[in-house]
Amino acid sequence: MNAHSRQKLIVIGNGMAGMRTVEELLARAPVRYDITVFGAEPHPNYNRIMLSSVLAGEKTIDDIVINSREWYEANGITLHTGDPVTGIDPATKTVRSASGLVVPYDALLLSTGSKPLMPPLPGLELPGVVAFRDIADTDAMLEAAAKKQRAVVIGGGLLGLEAAWGLKRRGMPVALVHLMPTLMERQLDVEAAKLLQKDLTERGLHFFTSGQTEEIMGADRAEGIKLTDGREIPAELVVVAIGIRPNVDLAKAAGLEVNRGIVVGDDMATSDPSIYAVGECVEHRGQIFGLVAPLWEQAKVCAARMAGDDQAIYVTPALSTRLKITGIDVFSAGQLVAQDEADEELVYRDSARGIYKKLVLRADKVVGAVMYGDVEDGAWYFQLMRDKADIAAIRDRMIFGQVYADVSCKGKGGIDVAAMADDVQVCGCNGVSKGAIVTAIKAKGLTSLDEVKAHTKAGSSCGQCASVVQAILAHTTGEVVEAKAAGLCGCTDLGHDDVRREIVSQEMKTMAAVRAKLGWRTQDGCAKCRPALNYYLLCAWPAEYVDHGQSRFINERVHANIQKDGTYSVVPRMWGGLTTAAELRAIADVADKFNIPTVKVTGGQRIDLFGVKKEQLPAVWADLNKAGMVSGHAYAKGLRTVKTCVGSEWCRFGTQDSTALGVKLEKLMWGSWTPHKVKLAVSGCPRNCAEATIKDIGIICVEAGYDISVGGNGGIELRGTDHLVRVATEDEVLEYAAAFMQIYREEAHYLERTAPWVERVGMDYVTARVVEDAAGRKAAAARFLFSQKYAQIDPWAERVEGMDAHEFQSLAEVL
Amino acid sequence: MQTWIKIGLLSDIPRLGSRTIETEQGQVAVFRTSDDEVFAMFNRCPHKGGPLSEGIVSGRVVACPLHNWVIDLATGEATAPDKGCTRTVPSRLVDGAVWLELKAGRQVSHG
Repeated sequence: MNAHSRQKLIVIGNGMAGMRTVEELLARAPVRYDITVFGAEPHPNYNRIMLSSVLAGEKTIDDIVINSREWYEANGITLHTGDPVTGIDPATKTVRSASGLVVPYDALLLSTGSKPLMPPLPGLELPGVVAFRDIADTDAMLEAAAKKQRAVVIGGGLLGLEAAWGLKRRGMPVALVHLMPTLMERQLDVEAAKLLQKDLTERGLHFFTSGQTEEIMGADRAEGIKLTDGREIPAELVVVAIGIRPNVDLAKAAGLEVNRGIVVGDDMATSDPSIYAVGECVEHRGQIFGLVAPLWEQAKVCAARMAGDDQAIYVTPALSTRLKITGIDVFSAGQLVAQDEADEELVYRDSARGIYKKLVLRADKVVGAVMYGDVEDGAWYFQLMRDKADIAAIRDRMIFGQVYADVSCKGKGGIDVAAMADDVQVCGCNGVSKGAIVTAIKAKGLTSLDEVKAHTKAGSSCGQCASVVQAILAHTTGEVVEAKAAGLCGCTDLGHDDVRREIVSQEMKTMAAVRAKLGWRTQDGCAKCRPALNYYLLCAWPAEYVDHGQSRFINERVHANIQKDGTYSVVPRMWGGLTTAAELRAIADVADKFNIPTVKVTGGQRIDLFGVKKEQLPAVWADLNKAGMVSGHAYAKGLRTVKTCVGSEWCRFGTQDSTALGVKLEKLMWGSWTPHKVKLAVSGCPRNCAEATIKDIGIICVEAGYDISVGGNGGIELRGTDHLVRVATEDEVLEYAAAFMQIYREEAHYLERTAPWVERVGMDYVTARVVEDAAGRKAAAARFLFSQKYAQIDPWAERVEGMDAHEFQSLAEVL
Repeated sequence: MQTWIKIGLLSDIPRLGSRTIETEQGQVAVFRTSDDEVFAMFNRCPHKGGPLSEGIVSGRVVACPLHNWVIDLATGEATAPDKGCTRTVPSRLVDGAVWLELKAGRQVSHG
């Protein structure tokens, strides 16, 4: 597009909202418009919010300039400062400025901001009376401060307080008059407001609350104010900061629809479709605006519309307030107090330290927060409020802050990644720090969790830190990155549940059929989806599907655990952790015969032989088989071990024969393939020596029978089991355990342990399926037993007989 | 001196699988894809020396069994974002027999 065909955009108002809109527009459609900006003030665009900091001497005017004149030049924007627009003619689509310029437009943006609200007081016109709106006002106040005069500020809201504090910091004696009984009544509840007033009084401000100004005294310049109750406050500087009103003069004169502000629709257009408006001058759905957050949102939507996106819709975001007075921390958002019986308030009060926090809750959601003295968690509460997050689980401790709330809710309440130091190790598996993740995201422009995983390895091993990595990504890119529903892999967009459902409903019985019918993008699948599909098919069609060894991880393919040096470890099964002298002797003989360097007892009550070379495996297995031992499946996504204590047979506390029950469970379940490894334990009494409450299925014997609990995990993320049911007999234990196992086998995602599966589907669901639905339970247990008919074949014996011989021999030697 | 040596038959190698060859320079892994292409490379992942022969083969790549690096069978290079390279061995398929170009050995024994 060449310059001549560009449309002409005129922006009236060189303030924050208008220029943010221009920035957004340049980002979206850099060549669509020739842009001309008119500003009434003689300055480039600056951050008006920071005027309080300039007044307080914490910043200079230069510090708060947002866009320098060079920026306008660089972007080809014509800037007229100190030349206010005096009229708009929508009929001829032109604007006229004070200096006499008449400029045509195709699109017009009004960002005329607001004017200070001035009450109709006698004496308002006297020299020495100022508002607090722009650089000129700020300069006037600084001038008065330099003369060591006295000041009175009318208005105890955000702006008035910041003005008063700034003047105090400049060495002026300052009084503040506020119409209402408490300060900042729109943002603070009574208690927080009182704490604020107390702190500011200690800092030397004088307050006149419930004070109505009657007149500004003085003959030819301001000398003080007089209240309606007769009190007089002498001052040479009077700052009026009671509020703002939208600056609608131009719009009104041009015949646009104006109410309190310039009326705009959800598209930010005024009643004239070629004229848009943003910022403090607008009125949207009856609301006018004084805080910055909604302005940014308006700018975004308005720019999108001007760039041609007719879908962009403005919705006022939830608002929060902070007071910019150094050393005084105030935060507020949403509802300040409970409004009816459905609302609840959580209050934390530490008067000695001057800390007050209040949360207003409704139906287990945060609807408001007021904080004084300690606002560290303000952003977190605000996030919970905007997300409408269910806080029932953290309700009892959330008032103490995110750190405490997260103690047992890691990753769910959200983690404050902004506060995390760069050297904090995020991914313990791969040793990746927050700083490294941030650097990679920035340097390589990463935008998805998968990309971050691929480039940094963070979250790519055990995955526990993935939610933190996701949060860092969102924080670094400044965007809320939605975690996508976990697809199976890059070969397909389908998720695990979709694939499992289709395998059954379309009766697909080979991997090739699944990939062809479900539109896989790859011929062979990949290292991620092949093991999953192999398992899903095996689970769905136990009698028919032929296992595909080349789609299994090496451990399952060769029925041993690969070690870092490429050797393997071998674990023979010991039912329920029971062994005999003969078995131990055979193991010792194997260790001697094959020079096995390390023999170790495992956490699951088995013996592990380390350092076996691959080609030795069949011979090792043959010897173990001869002594009556079979594979312990220590390598399998399948039943691993059933750990037991000695129970009533020996233990003086034992209530049932936990060892025998453990053996029965292991005989029932061995050989089964599952989405991930499965571990069981049976303890003979509630002392729980077998640690059953961190197993996938844990049985605790009691005098009255057996407590079955499920979904425990002692691994990466510690999780205690959830109680499922108490039953009276061993047979019931076997039935319930088999049913639970089968439903997990049929419904969990590949590589999902029972713990996350139970968390995902909920214990209510598991209980409904396994406990409440007796017929369904029996059917699931029957399906498990059917499947086991084909699974309970010792893989070691098969290989000793010569199966998969190629796995254990090299093809050739060239020496 | 490098020479072409016949090391076995295509049918000795499972589809989407691999076999190993012992050589003086170290173990070589020979891969067979689903399209019956044959590739060979030294059996050490550039990452931590994992035995690539034990990985899962798909398309023209193999995923290392130790830490899932994905190695291109044709070039021996790790696929992005990982960086590293395993030395490949030239291979040829003639009438169902697999030939590799290796340093001449005194003897060839077939397992």
